[in-house]
Amino acid sequence: MQMADLPDSRGHFGPYGGVFVAETLVHALEELVEQYARNRNDPGFIHEFEDELTHYVGRPTPVYHARRWSEKVGGAQIWFKREDLNHTGAHKINNCIGQALLAKRLGKPRVIAETGAGQHGVATATVAARFGMECVVYMGSEDIRRQAQNVFRMKLLGASVVPVESGSKTLKDALNEAMRDWVTNVESTFYIIGTVAGPHPYPMMVRDFQSVIGKECLVQMPQAAGRQPDAIIACVGGGSNAMGIFYPYLAHEHVRLIGVEAAGEGIATGRHSASLTAGRPGVLHGNRTYLLQNEDGQIRETHSISAGLDYPGVGPEHAWLKDNHRAEYVTITDDEALAAFHQCCRIEGIIPALESAHALAHAAKLAATMPRDRILLVNLSGRGDKDMNTVAERSGLAFQCRPGGEPATRAQ
Amino acid sequence: MNRIDATFTRLRAVGRTALIPYVTGGDPTLAVTLAIMHQLVEAGADVVELGVPFSDPMADGPVIQRASERALAQGVGLKDVLQLVADFRRRDALTPVVLMGYANPIEAMGAAVFAERARSAGVDGVLVVDYPPEEAAEFAALLELHQLAPIFLVAPTTPAARLSTIAALARGYVYYVSLKGVTGAGHLDTADVARHLAEIRRSIALPVGVGFGIRDAASAQAIAAHADAVVIGSRIIQEIETGPPDAAAERAGGWLAGIRAALDAVRKEAA
Repeated sequence: MQMADLPDSRGHFGPYGGVFVAETLVHALEELVEQYARNRNDPGFIHEFEDELTHYVGRPTPVYHARRWSEKVGGAQIWFKREDLNHTGAHKINNCIGQALLAKRLGKPRVIAETGAGQHGVATATVAARFGMECVVYMGSEDIRRQAQNVFRMKLLGASVVPVESGSKTLKDALNEAMRDWVTNVESTFYIIGTVAGPHPYPMMVRDFQSVIGKECLVQMPQAAGRQPDAIIACVGGGSNAMGIFYPYLAHEHVRLIGVEAAGEGIATGRHSASLTAGRPGVLHGNRTYLLQNEDGQIRETHSISAGLDYPGVGPEHAWLKDNHRAEYVTITDDEALAAFHQCCRIEGIIPALESAHALAHAAKLAATMPRDRILLVNLSGRGDKDMNTVAERSGLAFQCRPGGEPATRAQ
Repeated sequence: MNRIDATFTRLRAVGRTALIPYVTGGDPTLAVTLAIMHQLVEAGADVVELGVPFSDPMADGPVIQRASERALAQGVGLKDVLQLVADFRRRDALTPVVLMGYANPIEAMGAAVFAERARSAGVDGVLVVDYPPEEAAEFAALLELHQLAPIFLVAPTTPAARLSTIAALARGYVYYVSLKGVTGAGHLDTADVARHLAEIRRSIALPVGVGFGIRDAASAQAIAAHADAVVIGSRIIQEIETGPPDAAAERAGGWLAGIRAALDAVRKEAA
């Protein structure tokens, strides 16, 4: 069996994935598996999906040669896949369009979602408005406090935002609460999961919808750069933007696939979100995967400067790719990501999401060790407008003030 | 014969509905849980379901989540709950104890190690909420090897075809979740429960317990007319969390005794 043929019919990627949910949800998931199988290869569904991506989302997004940055780093050529240019500012909407179209076909008038930073919540609220669906977004009360602007955006788009007060009051608890809603309202409700995690078929389905990213790169890179890249680099929280760009390249064995996890304040401090690097396999949120957990099997609280990477698990396909060495997983700290964020702003005129800045930071590190004729492709998964407050606070700057220092030297 | 089968056989002979309370191990403390367990048995519990605290109890409503959080705040984990069962066994060699929890703490301990320790602590059955039968074949076999009963949930949404999958692995009893939703939710439709139970019994020969939504004598009586066992969780946790911890056992036992009396009254009339 080829790696790209996974998962099996029950959602397993080797020992990972699966359907680890209470009996109350099994039927809904079986229905979804069946419905997705019926639609994924249906020309009508594919046409509708692609049409929305073209005319509503604004695809294809370009690949862009970051010439000035490559020059300053003085090694491999760095290219960006510009997912930040999508409608709503990140890759998240690709998946939301796909799932909302499925919800429509299933006749479900209500969609729910979990969100951490609010990006997936905003994307879900957006498509719900677009398709005339009721939308409820679960968000940890701690995240609501940190991401007030995205909360306002969701409300503008007509969604209800429900604060989650249980557990650590962050993304994982929002996911628990969305699952509870789904169990209770399963007949009327479609649960739009935002990443390649959760019970089967979500990891496969979200990957499939996001793989439009990699499919475009397969065509664009030979046209724009003359050939496929030597390595592809993407940040990994749950891992949807990474799976989206990795998946079409799985069979291209000469292309290195590198996932970048959040090392937060450093792996040794314990304050990080690097599940693949520092976690152990276990079961959470419907699938078996690498988890940050204590000795008793309790899920640990996590940390990252970027709320989108702040999650104790990771998609099961990444766990499988790690064990099989098809992909490599590395880490970048808060400080390194922040430095790359400033560089990208000042050298390329692009304000990246802090999540994407992790991938950028690793790309700059790696490029410096490689010859100039090599090509690195970074998935610039989102724009950084949402991160203005975090960056101002973390950089110790007043909101109005211009970050000082020469960009080229800041990174060293 | 194991304690669960022996209990249901004995109850069936006298026409009595099994009463199965649920408490979370370590809520409010391990010592108080031990006292509560004994008190519940004295009040008429036939089986005790003991919850293993987990940081992410996805299938539980707010009441049992709070119980889990209180236990976790004291660092109570799976190995403490196993010790709690061993402590319970010093005074009670007869009442079956069923552990109820989530997969990850068990996998963190190692399923084989867990099964061995559970057996030697005196556990009789294990319900892992997020192990549906499709993911549980190996684990169920391991439990059986250690004479532990794998307990499974059946939901209103479980299609008839899946009941035989569940029947193939389940031992002891099956636990019918009478409501869509999480523990402690909403109201109960008895006629609907009766319909589903009839369907379940066509595929599964084991006793059927019904839980989720049973809050008082009336709802317990209504369910007892159709079920072999009545399972009560959230309502008992509410007794435990309302008032001083050192009187929690009396409150929980006192409340359960009322349910016991109500169930026995119905059985006597029916007999």
